[in-house]
Amino acid sequence: MNNTKNTEAERLSFWEKIYIPEIAKGLGLTLKEMFKPKFTRQYPEERWEPEGSYRGRPVLVHEDSGERCVACGLCSRVCPALAIEVQAGETDKDKERFPAKFEINMLRCIYCGFCEEVCPEEAIVMSKDYELVFQSQQEAIMDKERLLVPVAQLQDRLEFLRQYR
Amino acid sequence: MPEIIWTIIEASIKALAVVGGIQLMAALNVYLERKISAFAQNRIGPNRVGPFGTLQPFADVFKLFLKEDIVPKNADKFFHSLAPVLSLSIAIAVWAVIPFSSYVDIGDRRIYMGIAPDINVGLLFILAMTSVGVYGITLAGWSSNNKYSLLGGLRSSAQMISYELSMGLSLIGIVLITGSLSLNDIVNHQLAWDGWRWNIFLQPVGFVIFLITAFAETNRAPFDLPEAEPELVGGFNTEYSGMKFGMFFLAEYANMTTSSVLIVLFYLGGWALPVPAETLGLKDGSIALAAAHFLVFFIKVLMLLFFFIWVRWSIPRFRYDQLMNLGWKILLPISLLNVLLTALGVLYLK
Repeated sequence: MNNTKNTEAERLSFWEKIYIPEIAKGLGLTLKEMFKPKFTRQYPEERWEPEGSYRGRPVLVHEDSGERCVACGLCSRVCPALAIEVQAGETDKDKERFPAKFEINMLRCIYCGFCEEVCPEEAIVMSKDYELVFQSQQEAIMDKERLLVPVAQLQDRLEFLRQYR
Repeated sequence: MPEIIWTIIEASIKALAVVGGIQLMAALNVYLERKISAFAQNRIGPNRVGPFGTLQPFADVFKLFLKEDIVPKNADKFFHSLAPVLSLSIAIAVWAVIPFSSYVDIGDRRIYMGIAPDINVGLLFILAMTSVGVYGITLAGWSSNNKYSLLGGLRSSAQMISYELSMGLSLIGIVLITGSLSLNDIVNHQLAWDGWRWNIFLQPVGFVIFLITAFAETNRAPFDLPEAEPELVGGFNTEYSGMKFGMFFLAEYANMTTSSVLIVLFYLGGWALPVPAETLGLKDGSIALAAAHFLVFFIKVLMLLFFFIWVRWSIPRFRYDQLMNLGWKILLPISLLNVLLTALGVLYLK
């Protein structure tokens, strides 16, 4: 802005210096805002349903035949916060490997989604679960039982991954 | 029973009612402040405790009671505890002379609505008490042994000295017109012209000055420099916690109520009904008339309280030099001129 006036006092007009009209203008603005619709969401009653692109708690996909995970350990390897611990086990089935132990420490997880990106089997995905409250550190370590989620609940995310990855 | 005992009983009952009333008004102010600020910012505000969140202030006070009371190690313990007590008790003491309705005749006794009825130095007492109120804040700032508190306390006293002058001078206009220092006389004087001879019409300049200085005296809105949270942490109450902080909080809102009440009494016609009492069929001295007067008075006070809060959430804080400029270079000359013109008007027109 090309301004030749040097001080604030020079830039102001007479009515602006009187100050009272400006106060009235400001008061008018806040009064107008009071009657506008509110943005508040009544949270516990009114929950927010995230889109497929939302990265919430990482979970393991559970199909009718069992978990998809083959315990390759890539997620554990890529995790920048070292939150994932995998130990492989072997079976006689077609799919020979399965995770004997799969733990995610939710106090460490930073929700970056690298584990999901690196997974060759689409076995670990980010869910829409954002209400993560723990009462102890023990409780925050998710074992396999709590990580397995039926594939039907994860359709949004899987579709999103197929579309954009 | 002798007359003096009846008078003492009457005054005690009225005092209890008024002190209780002030606490309730403070609670109402807290609620209004939170709701109005929320609405001005497109939020909803408290809505969980009680219907529409109306019990929120009581929950707040209850929380303050349960909080730990911390006194800084190097603070002056006695004065640190005395300051909030002083603040709150003076805020309540002003109400000794404030009437809030006309009178009721019971038998042959005429009961005025106010603790000390029709006292003839009411206005002086109010000016004295509102200035003493600053002692609480300054003492709090000094005794905390904290530089931010001290700065807040000093600002408060500087502000009080600068604005007290203009406030007193703007009230001189009213005293000149009314010819009395009694608050009842001031209100009764405004009841003429079918209850429309309000001092705001006779003293518009004085009204604006009194309004501005009232904001400064209550340490609110554009003049809240003593607490100025962005620059002074918390100002004079930085080192206060628990119910001691609660008492400052309560005193601030009681002062806000007092200021609104004073503006209504001095300038907005007090309890003047918009139509003459005879047309409503209310008898002089009846309970119904006193109730109607109180209702009108209360509505005016509520509207002013809304204004106080509205201004707080609209206007940014003054800079310190701007505050002093406004007080000494603008308000003081204008109020002196106002006194001169009023005196000439009273001399030649009356």
